[in-house]
Amino acid sequence: MTGGASAPAVRLARVVRHYGGVAALDGVNLTVAAGESILLLGANGAGKTTLLRVLALLARPTAGDYLLFGEPTRRGGDRLEQRRRLGFLAHQSWLYEHLTAEENLRFHAGLHGLRPDGAAIEAALDAVGLPGRRADPVRTYSRGMQQRLALARVLLHRPDLLLLDEPFTGLDREGAGRLRALLKRHAAGRTLILATHDVAEALPLATRVVVLAGGRLVADRPTAGLTVAGVEALDRQGSPAPAAAGPWAAGPPTA
Amino acid sequence: MSYLRVVGLVAAKDLRTELRSREQAVSLLVFALLILVVFHFAFDVTVPDFTAFGPGMLWVAFTFSGVLALNHAFRIEREQDRIDGILSAPIDRSAFYLGKVLSTVIFMAAVEVVLVPLAAILFNRAFDGRLALTAAALLLNLVGFAAVGTLFAAVTTATRRSEMLLPLLLFPAAVPIALAAVRTTGHLLAGRPFERFAHWVWLSVAYDLIFLAVAVLLFDFAIDE
Repeated sequence: MTGGASAPAVRLARVVRHYGGVAALDGVNLTVAAGESILLLGANGAGKTTLLRVLALLARPTAGDYLLFGEPTRRGGDRLEQRRRLGFLAHQSWLYEHLTAEENLRFHAGLHGLRPDGAAIEAALDAVGLPGRRADPVRTYSRGMQQRLALARVLLHRPDLLLLDEPFTGLDREGAGRLRALLKRHAAGRTLILATHDVAEALPLATRVVVLAGGRLVADRPTAGLTVAGVEALDRQGSPAPAAAGPWAAGPPTA
Repeated sequence: MSYLRVVGLVAAKDLRTELRSREQAVSLLVFALLILVVFHFAFDVTVPDFTAFGPGMLWVAFTFSGVLALNHAFRIEREQDRIDGILSAPIDRSAFYLGKVLSTVIFMAAVEVVLVPLAAILFNRAFDGRLALTAAALLLNLVGFAAVGTLFAAVTTATRRSEMLLPLLLFPAAVPIALAAVRTTGHLLAGRPFERFAHWVWLSVAYDLIFLAVAVLLFDFAIDE
């Protein structure tokens, strides 16, 4: 176990991430306490996916410090233990289309040192609304079904920090409702950071909303008392303004 | 978690995927066969000539089809960003590397199992009953080729011109193992005693060990963004 019990799950200090000459993240400071659920908003290109990739240890900050579960994330640290406690649902499903649902789950479980039995696999598929589909190759799945299976994959090892990038993509209403219920169950006592444009689906899950714009954190406040319209207004504040005045002519919005 | 279990997990996943899709097996085999047939008609090789030219022909076919196998091994991981699923897992990344080496060796060995007897028929030349030694020599050189090729493939498939970059990096680095492979195969075809070509075999052993060790140490840096 890394870090103290009271250590924040995530602490970013002045994190910068460049791609070529472009700063995808530009001095982000963010602390997420264990057990918090963060709704991460921002326009396309605001830096949400880059931030999630940095948090998932898939992209290294160009500058700044990142403490995960209270421990530094630099090379040579205990990154295996940190990765063991992480789960990341990315844009892509990471599934192998010629393998069955069960084979995909077993492969990813195996990478996390788990050997789930048949009942555990069936239960994981049942939880995401794919009962009886364990022997079907993933290539026969629709986009929404693949998203559900990817969710089953990411929850299988019960991560302490769950990172979700547009998890509602491709899901129908029933799937979105199931995902919400599943995340609510999973998030109890665990940390969740969820990037999405679907505020209505995600707001009931979140305890805090964070808005990125141009790689900077421009708003950070609790969701208590916020309506969907209020959060969407906050999100719009972070969107580039169409007028010639420029996005931050009047300075970044205050929380 | 057991290091070897991850190696087996990755290799088994690759083999299972290939058994279902047959994407790689067909193209590797057809490509290697075409090379052999082109050589057959281009040079009109007689039986004594084949002892001199045959090993080179065989290893050109193996290495060229091997490049296809290596590109495929990592392209499948880069598609859909599947590599991120591996990189975010709590595993020693060198176990992933060794799993890829293992599956590549198995794919290339399968090509050899078809190609060598076919070459023997095409060129009317047998390995004079030294099958076990021939198989061991071929496998030894395959391991060296896959060891260095897998390391370079991991790096080049992250670029846009991986098909071009991989051979450019791989072939110069693979010169010692290619030389040892051709010489060993030549001596075996000529039916010479092991003592005559033992030094080539030891070169292959040393190459395998050095490149496997170096790649295991460097793979985490090579695969990292």
